Amino acid sequence: MDSILVTRLGKAYKQYPSRKARLMEWLFPFLGERHTKHWVLKDVTFSLRQGEAVGIVGVNGAGKSTLLKIITGITQPTTGHFVAKGRIAALLELGMGFHPEFTGRQNVLMAGQLLGHKIEDIENMFPAIESFAEIGEYIDKPIRTYSSGMQVRLAFSLATAKRPELLIVDEALSVGDAYFQHKSFDRIRKFREKGTSLLIVSHNRSAIQSICDRAIFLDDGHIAKEGHPDEVLDFYNAMLAERQYTQIKQKTLSDGSLQTVSGTGEVTITSVQLLDNEGRVRESVSVGDPVTLSVELTIKQSVPRLVLGFLIKDHLGQPIYGINTHRVDKAIENLQQGDRFCYRFSFKANLGKGHYSVSLSASQFDSHLDKNYQWIDRSLIFHVVNKHQEDFIGCNWLDSTVCVDRLEK
Amino acid sequence: MKIAAIWRYRGFIIGSVTREFKVRYQSSVLGTTWAVINPLALVFIYTVVFSRLMRARLPDVENTLGYGIYLCAGILCWSAFTEIANRCQNVFLENANLIRKMSFPRICLPLIVVISSAISYTIMLAIILAFLVLTKGNIGTPLVAVVPLFLLQILLATGLGVILGILNVFFRDVGQLFGIVFQFWFWFTPIVYPLSILPERIQHVIQLNPLTPLVVAYQGIFVSNRWPQWSTLLPAMFTATAFIVGALFLYRKCAVDMVDEL
Repeated sequence: MDSILVTRLGKAYKQYPSRKARLMEWLFPFLGERHTKHWVLKDVTFSLRQGEAVGIVGVNGAGKSTLLKIITGITQPTTGHFVAKGRIAALLELGMGFHPEFTGRQNVLMAGQLLGHKIEDIENMFPAIESFAEIGEYIDKPIRTYSSGMQVRLAFSLATAKRPELLIVDEALSVGDAYFQHKSFDRIRKFREKGTSLLIVSHNRSAIQSICDRAIFLDDGHIAKEGHPDEVLDFYNAMLAERQYTQIKQKTLSDGSLQTVSGTGEVTITSVQLLDNEGRVRESVSVGDPVTLSVELTIKQSVPRLVLGFLIKDHLGQPIYGINTHRVDKAIENLQQGDRFCYRFSFKANLGKGHYSVSLSASQFDSHLDKNYQWIDRSLIFHVVNKHQEDFIGCNWLDSTVCVDRLEK
Repeated sequence: MKIAAIWRYRGFIIGSVTREFKVRYQSSVLGTTWAVINPLALVFIYTVVFSRLMRARLPDVENTLGYGIYLCAGILCWSAFTEIANRCQNVFLENANLIRKMSFPRICLPLIVVISSAISYTIMLAIILAFLVLTKGNIGTPLVAVVPLFLLQILLATGLGVILGILNVFFRDVGQLFGIVFQFWFWFTPIVYPLSILPERIQHVIQLNPLTPLVVAYQGIFVSNRWPQWSTLLPAMFTATAFIVGALFLYRKCAVDMVDEL
């Protein structure tokens, strides 16, 4: 069952060349429209099944906030419509409606009603809100005496006091310390188990990859890509890299996943291999084995500077380790057309069992967001097996030792 | 539907009103007493200073305090009207943050203004009544008429205020312009002067002002213990209805653009 169904949603803001033009249009509507429509959302269609988590990514100004404003009922769409089943709660403006001069208790009552709760309901929920926020006796002190963490804890506790059918979460949601962060995500997880759908807005890869079933990439008001979080995020990442002159190609690899290649093309990566310490090409390595990542590239057009970087990602697409030649002072300058280079990164495969992918980036500076010559996601996939070490859990081989002493009774 | 929404948000409305009063007087020693002291001072100035020191007399009223009470009645009516109209005019701009970020029935905002103004009105009314009782003034059952008069004023002021408030979001000139309009309006209303002292031609002009019959009705109640002539209030009722309908129409038309503009 769909918990929300968005159909061909569009939103245009009216733009007037001047205030006078608006006045003229108001006073003399028969003289024709004087505004131009600025479309911030175009033909957006998607749905969320009950209990599904969908991530929305996109640069600032892509229309994410406008979309959320429409879904939360703050503003109306210009075209299209959406149907929502049940209550929608947003963790976007935590603490909206709080007044610093009033106590936590008074503010919860006020802000709770602003969120649409009945006053009796808030009174019934109050003990739970108070205990979840864990602010102790501060509940009866003015909000201005709260630390920012306490304030956000109380606001979160209020916003999630009742399970909504759809919860909208901003990735920037930071609810105080690590302890409360865990506690709040735990609550969100429990909501989801009971059927709450999640809509997550984020720039953060790992947040979306670890939670979402699906991702939507919003670019300039329309859905540029929708699908598995990995593929959408790779595509988004490629789009982030210098937008002009950049070509993005996605091709399906033999294992069925999508590979994303993007960049301005001055530098082309011609070969990438994972070698063991005897120089043999390997697709699978054992935990702790010394390996070498060998990358060859060709300069197609002269460039002033070249930084090559690699990033190892786990099967969820979460970054495990990445470094580039800028950070180890091995950037090369004044490269001429036709030059060829071979890079060898050596490291020990201190990784947990599973398969990993290697992304490569050839750029001018430290960040690939500026002057991206070439970026390849999933240029190489390799497996890590455990032949020599004890069986362990996790993505990191830390080679720990243990020492046990019996203590006196 | 609207009524149900208001009822649902009643706690928010009442909470906002009390919050407003608390914030205003919170850091003062006398606290809410100031809410009484201010109108008290006003009544004192008008009655004692004008009537006693300046010996201002009204034609055909014998009581020495007559002019002072006349002034108070007019001011009571005028200040409630302008307070509501002025604050409604800014209510959307002042709450821009809330409107931009939360989804709630916006009609709550002017309601908060009306209720909080009604409280100030009641305080001032009580002070004037107390003064009348102390000075053994001429007051009786026609006093009941202030209730429908005040309701009419609310409709008139809220209708106008919300229209201006919506326009003000798009054209800030409206706020500036009506600051001036209200000053003229005050002097085009027989508050400090009796209508009868004006030349007849100008009297007709002043009669067009929808507030004139309202102010005259108040003055009748407080100065001469006289029931209002209800028929004179008909134009004001029509104007109030027109304002309210206009406000609702404008709101329907502009609600979406307003959120986008804020």
